[in-house]
Amino acid sequence: MIDLKRVRTFGLIAGGTLSFVAAIGMVESFNERTLINPGITMGLLLILGIAAVFGYIVAAGKPNPLVETARDSRSGGIAGGLTGAIAGVVTSLFVLFVDTFDVSEFFPNMREPLVEAMTFELGVPVGLLVLTAVVTATAAAGGAFHGMSDSFRAGMSRALGWVVAFALFELVVSEILDFADPLVDLIYAPRGGLQPWAAVIIGALAWWLSTRYKGRGEAFTERVKDSEAGSRLRRSVILFGVAAVIILPMIVGGVVNELLITSGLFILMGLGLNIVVGLAGLLDLGYVAFFAVGAYGTAILTSPSSPAFAPGLSWWIALPIVMVLAAIAGLFVGTPVIRMRGDYLAIVTLGFGEIVRILLLSDWLTPIFGGAQGITRIPGIPVPGAGTISGTDPQLFIYFTFMFVLLAAYISYRAQNSRIGRSWAAMREDEDVAEAIGISTVQAKLLAFVTGAVIASFAGALFSAKVGTVFTNSFDVLVSIIILVVVIVGGMGSIRGVVVGALVLIGILGGPKSPGLLAEFSEFKLLIYGALLVYMMLKRPEGLLPSVRRSRELHGEDLTQDAWLDKGGDFTGDSAEEEATT
Amino acid sequence: MTTTTSPSKTSRRFRFNWVDSFLWFIRVSALIAIVIGIVGSVQLFLEGEGPTAEQWRDLVISGLSTGFMYGLIALGYSMVYGVLGFINFAHGEVFMSGLMVSLIAATLMFENGFWDANPTLALLIVLSISMLVSTLVAVLAERIAYRPLRGAPRLIPLITSIGVSFFLQYAFAGIFGVATRSYPPAPGNLGNDVEFLGIAIEGTKLLVVGVALISMVGLWWFVAKTKTGRAMRAVAEDKEIAGLMGINVDRTIVTTFAVGGAMAGVAGLLWALLFRAVDFLTGFLPGIKAFTAAVLGGIGNLPGAMLGGVLLGLFENVGPLLVLNGLGIPAVSQLKDAVAFAALVLVLVFRPTGLLGERLGSEDRA
Repeated sequence: MIDLKRVRTFGLIAGGTLSFVAAIGMVESFNERTLINPGITMGLLLILGIAAVFGYIVAAGKPNPLVETARDSRSGGIAGGLTGAIAGVVTSLFVLFVDTFDVSEFFPNMREPLVEAMTFELGVPVGLLVLTAVVTATAAAGGAFHGMSDSFRAGMSRALGWVVAFALFELVVSEILDFADPLVDLIYAPRGGLQPWAAVIIGALAWWLSTRYKGRGEAFTERVKDSEAGSRLRRSVILFGVAAVIILPMIVGGVVNELLITSGLFILMGLGLNIVVGLAGLLDLGYVAFFAVGAYGTAILTSPSSPAFAPGLSWWIALPIVMVLAAIAGLFVGTPVIRMRGDYLAIVTLGFGEIVRILLLSDWLTPIFGGAQGITRIPGIPVPGAGTISGTDPQLFIYFTFMFVLLAAYISYRAQNSRIGRSWAAMREDEDVAEAIGISTVQAKLLAFVTGAVIASFAGALFSAKVGTVFTNSFDVLVSIIILVVVIVGGMGSIRGVVVGALVLIGILGGPKSPGLLAEFSEFKLLIYGALLVYMMLKRPEGLLPSVRRSRELHGEDLTQDAWLDKGGDFTGDSAEEEATT
Repeated sequence: MTTTTSPSKTSRRFRFNWVDSFLWFIRVSALIAIVIGIVGSVQLFLEGEGPTAEQWRDLVISGLSTGFMYGLIALGYSMVYGVLGFINFAHGEVFMSGLMVSLIAATLMFENGFWDANPTLALLIVLSISMLVSTLVAVLAERIAYRPLRGAPRLIPLITSIGVSFFLQYAFAGIFGVATRSYPPAPGNLGNDVEFLGIAIEGTKLLVVGVALISMVGLWWFVAKTKTGRAMRAVAEDKEIAGLMGINVDRTIVTTFAVGGAMAGVAGLLWALLFRAVDFLTGFLPGIKAFTAAVLGGIGNLPGAMLGGVLLGLFENVGPLLVLNGLGIPAVSQLKDAVAFAALVLVLVFRPTGLLGERLGSEDRA
């Protein structure tokens, strides 16, 4: 049974998506990166990926928890193929339009290179047919994939995933395999991209491993989680993680280390914002202000060329002063907004963030903060035995960042499971009820603001020691939003979620100003962040690695009275708390 | 809350007083700063320094015209907040999208001479394109991003709308490029000064105020007198009961977004006339300021949104010179946006329900 209406809708959406990515110039700039030599570029992967995903979605049908979806690769393939055909025709029409009319005056990307990229440089009539055929075939494959057996699906997705990962992260792989230089030269073509045979071998190996060790991964995580048998295992896993963290910066090169530091700073800020947004449930959109307090505070206190007041302190003495300043800033921002509704609070904090940036930039305060020139010549961090650590020495700096990340993670972890953490949870769910059971919401909210501010000031202090100069444009409202994206994608209230979210988003796609591992994305990352924010809120508001409690809240799994009766009145701790809110 | 008879009564009262006293401190110091600033400015004026009377008048006029434009955008915030109880953060981008797309029509008409030959028709075309695009974007955002979230905790749709706002900004940056583009100059003799009540006012500014007033009256008529308007008010009051009374709630909410979008589209034309420049970030600041205007007037309250817009426009244009200049702060025009944000904070500290009071549905009053 093929749902033709669904095919039509998704075909049009897929065609629109393909035209959109072409119109913003994504395909063209992705084409500059070869993944598998010769011919398979990142742009092609993008087109194929979109087609395959839509084919799969159509074949999967509407999600219905009550009915097991029929898995039939033939009808799935036909549905996918039809979707792909519609998408291909729509995209071809768009490309034809760009080829025929000159609209580049208003749409700078819609010109000849776009047509070339979309027609695989085959010219208009032939290339468009090829495009339609390719999109149709891939979507059909995506649809058919849905109906395949589980072992085939697992093997195929592992194989594809590993090949794409090896091709995309060529830089990291070749740096890690630095000691085996000949091997790297063997699997990668001289001008970038995997060799075709290497791709086949990696794919086959991944497939074989996935069938050979099927289910072992899950079994292993089960064993690690098991409280009794897993305690030794858990310890070795943690030891392994620590060792990896210590060794990794040594074997990867400068670029990757630079990215690790940037991600580290964002992990730090993410952990801080996680306390405010994730634990206390206060949506702070001006979080960058505290980062700015940390950075400018350190700059003024340590730099010899600070305009108004240059005590030239050591970084270590400046740090506690900066922490106190940040805490005061947290109180100052927190107190006026304490009685506000959640959404007003968001906008007001955004306003505070912007006020800080405008003031830093203004002529009025230029004598203190240096205005657009910023503050320069900030010394690094003096460490006995290792000299001064600054951004020019990323390998050492990274350990430093790790230390602070660990500290922040520890603070969050302890806070989460303490009395104040439980007050935050109660307040987040229902302020009135929290107040009624004797929690001082004023105190809890201020504490959240202050803790978040202090953690952000760590990041600020590290940042100014790293880059050596602070300018106002590092403290854009964009930064606040990106930290928010990190927290939400990772999982509100989840420490590991924030860590993974920052590594994936900032490390791979890139931070507000700097490109990530995939530099091709840097032009489009903000678009992707926006789309990601919407997607996460619609489909997975609890984030990728959710905290258990938070995901229950967000999915509204309230145990209503009937459900409670069905369970025979068997209530466990957390659900009783939710009962109170309904 | 201070009347609770808990054993720790004293410490409780102490904490509450602490926050209250901080708020009072902010209120009082803001008032003192404003008073000193105004006195200082008056002194400067009497000494013949600072801006002249003519300059003051021009500031007031541009404040009024910008304010009416903010008011139109604020209507969209206010209506959506009144009906759904969440801040549509992407409303600034709704405004920007109409502005950006109508630029194409304006440029094309300017290039072939139609712009100056038929000013009225040209402006009407630009207006309708701007309204159409903004309405479309607002309705699409509602359909795709907000409708599935109805009934979710309040912050979820807000975060979603931040995502929508970001997505729209960078989608427009990708399609239209990041360069700032300029609108053609006001068509015909609109740019010339017009004598009005004995004062020479730039024609465009007069037109802006006129268009804003007409749209406002039209909107008032729509909400107060038509059946759809009544449905909107009913849905704002209580969605569930409205549904039981046979009102199609989904359609009414879409209408709310559409009308808000259309008003943002009108504001787009006004922006084109007043500032003549647009890029993909144009929507952000006016959006926040319009939200401030909506809060200032009392969110959910339509005349309040307009009043708030006008006041904010005046405050933002006159305030820096009137207050900050008097305090002896240099280059005050740089602080224009900071003044608008400070206004937002102060409004919420002084009177969170706004000047004319909030009108919210029963579920949002908590």
